[in-house]
Amino acid sequence: MAKYVGKRILLAVVTVFIICAITFFAMNAIPGGPFDKEKAPTPEVQAVLMERYNLDKPVGTQFILYLKNLVHGDFGVSLKTGRDIAKTVKESFAVSAKLGGMAAFFAVTIGVVLGSIAALMRNKWPDRLIIFFSTLFTALPSFVLAILLLLVFCVQLQWIPAFSTTDKNYILPVISLALYPMAYITRLTKTSMLDALGQDYIRTARAKGVPQAKVIFKHGLRNALIPVITYVGPMLAFILTGSLVVENIFNFGGLGAKFVASITNRDYPMIMAVTIFLATLMVVLNLISDLIYKLVDPRITFE
Amino acid sequence: MANEKNTLKKSPLSAQIDLSKFELATDAEKAQQDVMSESTTFFKDGMRKLLKNPLAVFSIVVLLLIFATTVIAPAVVPYGYEEMISVNGRRDKTAKNLKPFEWSKNEQKFIDDGGKLFPHILGTDEQCRDYFVRIVYGTRVSLIIGVFAAVLVLIIGLLYGSISGYAGGKVDLIMMRIVDIIYSLPDMLMIILLSVVLKETLTPVIEGTVLAKLGTNMLSLFIVFGLLYWVGMARLVRGQILSIKENEYILAARTIGAKPGRIIRKHILPNCISVIFISTALQIPSAIFTESFLSFAGLGVQAPMPSLGSLANEAIKGINSYPHKLIFPSIVICLLVLSFNLLGDGLRDAFDPKLRR
Repeated sequence: MAKYVGKRILLAVVTVFIICAITFFAMNAIPGGPFDKEKAPTPEVQAVLMERYNLDKPVGTQFILYLKNLVHGDFGVSLKTGRDIAKTVKESFAVSAKLGGMAAFFAVTIGVVLGSIAALMRNKWPDRLIIFFSTLFTALPSFVLAILLLLVFCVQLQWIPAFSTTDKNYILPVISLALYPMAYITRLTKTSMLDALGQDYIRTARAKGVPQAKVIFKHGLRNALIPVITYVGPMLAFILTGSLVVENIFNFGGLGAKFVASITNRDYPMIMAVTIFLATLMVVLNLISDLIYKLVDPRITFE
Repeated sequence: MANEKNTLKKSPLSAQIDLSKFELATDAEKAQQDVMSESTTFFKDGMRKLLKNPLAVFSIVVLLLIFATTVIAPAVVPYGYEEMISVNGRRDKTAKNLKPFEWSKNEQKFIDDGGKLFPHILGTDEQCRDYFVRIVYGTRVSLIIGVFAAVLVLIIGLLYGSISGYAGGKVDLIMMRIVDIIYSLPDMLMIILLSVVLKETLTPVIEGTVLAKLGTNMLSLFIVFGLLYWVGMARLVRGQILSIKENEYILAARTIGAKPGRIIRKHILPNCISVIFISTALQIPSAIFTESFLSFAGLGVQAPMPSLGSLANEAIKGINSYPHKLIFPSIVICLLVLSFNLLGDGLRDAFDPKLRR
């Protein structure tokens, strides 16, 4: 176990390093420096600035310096606003984390419940209905859903004010982010639940006279949830990338909106910071979900 | 025993059948007794199963309809995707944001005077362009991207996976560690990053070539697909090859001196082709999804070329007054993704040997 965990952590560290390298060198490949404006400062001033931001050193050294700052939590300064990026990321991530956390929570809970219902009522109308809608929702891009929700509930029905500052305005973005993973988890739970309920130990439990509810929850559902855990990592990645556009549509000041804005503004340090931050987050979340998966399922052997 | 059989004579008490009381059956009668079903191949059998699946048939019909529309419509509809509506050779500025099947003032006048015009099936956009044609071209772009990306993934994944799986040992270990790392890179973020970078660096390089027409965004989309998305396919191919490699017929082939390339081509690939094919089919909707997402974020195909995602993106601005402009491209995206998904599921049920009962 310890060996496996060590190996996975090492792989994660290497991945994060590679992400940093790709991001840094890709951004450096873009022609033009930060001082190429119409009102270019004099060469002397430029030289001083270059020295101050270490831009006069070779790219390799710059990369090492950047990594060093990164480890100390220093992402540099935004070219657009001049603000400290680490601070901006921290603030906007709080909003995104709340949004993503809520979406993930609803996706998992509702998905598991619906999937179990579908499995237990196999080939009856609730099953058909649930599977029909979950198939439909897996084909619906989150941005389309977001706009449709905005159109129906804010513009047509006016149930929810479009751009309010209360917690109410979390409702629509959470729905648009959660629906796709929810549909996926529903289908996943249904198949794994059917698989679990067909096992011999379920028959044994029933034969021993274990109450139906206990058979379903303790013997069936607990085993059926294992595949769902493996999906949690990819789901969080999906929600994070989905929030890039959904936050923009609902005018949320989250990390996703900041990222898209920094792309349009060509705010390179900001793009770098957000990419590295989100990518590291995804790698770590994936690592955790994989480790939990191995932990809850003792049948999986460690290489 | 065998001896007795030949020499045995008919004894009066024996229950042995008297052959002289029987006559030979004619060929016609023999054929009548034949209960063998018609001989079938793997492909034929799979197709029969596929066509029995109503969802798969439905998706095939939808896809064929969409495909036929993208081929036929540009030939039938007399408008171009970047052409502003003009009446009698003069630009018609009143043909802005028309509703489906609506005529502009100038067009109405032209028709009243006895002229004939082709209707704007889905209206026009804010730059006086026929929206139906734009959606048709957008669908074309999305389909091309989907298919091309899937083929790219297939080629790279197939080569990499088969080499890694067949070579085994240290080569396999190193190749798979590389795959592990690429697999854990967040794909969407990398696509966005590379799109931003390639847009800046590639634009001067491809200036004036055929590639410039494609646009850097589309190129970077393909580059990213080629760099990142093949790992899933490579893993799948490797896993297949590892299990097939253990079979006796591979050993037999090797014993008679078949070369590795021949063994991969003739013995291993045909045995895992259906699984690979299904996975490729499922790659198409995911590529379309990714493309529409990127176009929506403003990183997709270059204007004025439309794609379903960028059409949806443009529609947001006028969402209050012209919701149909968002709804039509969205419906096409959903239909495409849904049909490809259902078709992929149907193909898997029909062709995956592991699911056969």
